[in-house]
Amino acid sequence: MKQMAFTYQPNLLSESVTMENQTEVAEMKKDSPIIEIKNLNVKTSEGKILKDINLKIPKNKIVVLLGPSGCGKTTLLKSLNRLTDLYKELKVSGQIIIDGQDIMKAGQNLAVMRQKMGLLSQRPFPLPASIYKNVAYGLKLKGIRSKKLISHSVETNLKRVGLWNEVKDRLKSPVTSLSIGQQQRLCLARGLAVKPAIILADEPTSALDPISTKIIENLFKELKQHYTIILVTHVLRQALRLADHVVFMYYGEIIEQGHPDEILKNPKTAILKKYLVDGN
Amino acid sequence: MLVNIWMRGGLYILLAIPVLIGVGLYWKAAPLLQHQSLISLLFSSKWFPMKGEFGFLPFIFSSVYVTILAFILSAPLCLFAAIYLTQFGKQRLLNFMLPVIDILAGIPSVVYGVWGVLVIVPLVADKVAPLFGTTSSGYSLLAGGIVLAVMCIPYMLNMLIEVFHTIPVGMKEASLSLGATHWEMVKHVIIRKGFPGIISAFGLGIAKAFGETIAVLMVVGNTMNITLSPLKSGYPLPALIANNYGEMMSIPDYDSALMFAALLLFVVILIINLFFRYFIHKTEKI
Repeated sequence: MKQMAFTYQPNLLSESVTMENQTEVAEMKKDSPIIEIKNLNVKTSEGKILKDINLKIPKNKIVVLLGPSGCGKTTLLKSLNRLTDLYKELKVSGQIIIDGQDIMKAGQNLAVMRQKMGLLSQRPFPLPASIYKNVAYGLKLKGIRSKKLISHSVETNLKRVGLWNEVKDRLKSPVTSLSIGQQQRLCLARGLAVKPAIILADEPTSALDPISTKIIENLFKELKQHYTIILVTHVLRQALRLADHVVFMYYGEIIEQGHPDEILKNPKTAILKKYLVDGN
Repeated sequence: MLVNIWMRGGLYILLAIPVLIGVGLYWKAAPLLQHQSLISLLFSSKWFPMKGEFGFLPFIFSSVYVTILAFILSAPLCLFAAIYLTQFGKQRLLNFMLPVIDILAGIPSVVYGVWGVLVIVPLVADKVAPLFGTTSSGYSLLAGGIVLAVMCIPYMLNMLIEVFHTIPVGMKEASLSLGATHWEMVKHVIIRKGFPGIISAFGLGIAKAFGETIAVLMVVGNTMNITLSPLKSGYPLPALIANNYGEMMSIPDYDSALMFAALLLFVVILIINLFFRYFIHKTEKI
């Protein structure tokens, strides 16, 4: 299996390092994982959903979690920003290290931690407010009160997802006036407005038409320059189109992972081979 | 085909019931309206059945007063309890509470009335009234409001729990993932998205409180008063009808007056329902 990332060393950049070292460190930092998952287990009273997950998510890449329905992809994704806390029946153990901090430890500021990760769900869940307020919501939670700043951010992020021209004359309208595809892009703009480092996308195109799907996929390709994207999908072609790194999961376990060309074209395990044959 | 006829027939009967009740009540109340103007019936306090003078203001006032009191006492309690049970509390607690709420809803109103006479009335007389430096027999608007509030709680609470359960978990996740704390999520998503449902639950509570008869009748004192003091007694419309139904044939126009009171109740509850429907329709568009 290809080694994707080095161990994260947050304090490497100190004033005493030489120019040579700085270049080396910068290179290392570029490739260092933004998220490191160690021995993550999620279980319910009925059994394990995730079994001993160990994974390093590299920075500014699209990492695709691939696998059949019910294999634990979404649970893994939701563990990353501790949305699993909402489900009282789940018992989560292990370590998830983001920016050198184990977010599984007690006493974490979950609100701040979650703002580092934008979430895009299977179908859009706009908040019960206007288009403008949806994008402004996260900023207000951050304590930003300046109307000028908020308006600027709303415009920038709606432009970023290619929605500005479609909604600029009806920003005060309820979100229900938008199509599902537009709502999904709005949800992406809403997530980007809080300036996350990571985008968690849970089958974000599964409810969309092909045109909206293409728009979202193209957006992801652009966004990966600035963000790390973790995309859950069971669509093989989507994984091939977008992924820099594919993690194949089956019944709560990581079966194979690596570059898409490597693992999707030359699968090593029988399970993945069967999945690829059935999927195609 | 036959099934279709049965279904349509059932639907028309259901639609006809409220219309028939309304028409029937109006038909019976009409003689009173010939002798006295609607304005004087609604806004006069003179109640002399023997002289044929019927002023309903004290009854309307008492009804509105106990309803508002019951609403103020029960609505916030139900809202916070429903939020706690669905958003913060353990599943086990909710599982325990649901049958308790159903049992509370199933208790006959006369039992609430007896409980009011035995517990609430002495409480108002011995504890609440001295707190305000006054005396009260306990049979008061406050006692009526408290008993009504307790009676409305299971209905409102049950509906609010249902409302909060229907809010998609994805919406909560969206709010939390944008950096909201749990309480901010409740404020911005649960309450806002559930707003039409909350209004609906409150509407149901108010309509129930306004029409409730026997339990209120037992604790409210049944004397004609227009007073802002909750420690004084009152005489709501349903109590008027229930107390005087037996003797209505002996006095001319008395039966019409009681039917008018029933018509008034019917119309007010209809208006409350229409108002809340309209409000829900407006807020659902947000």
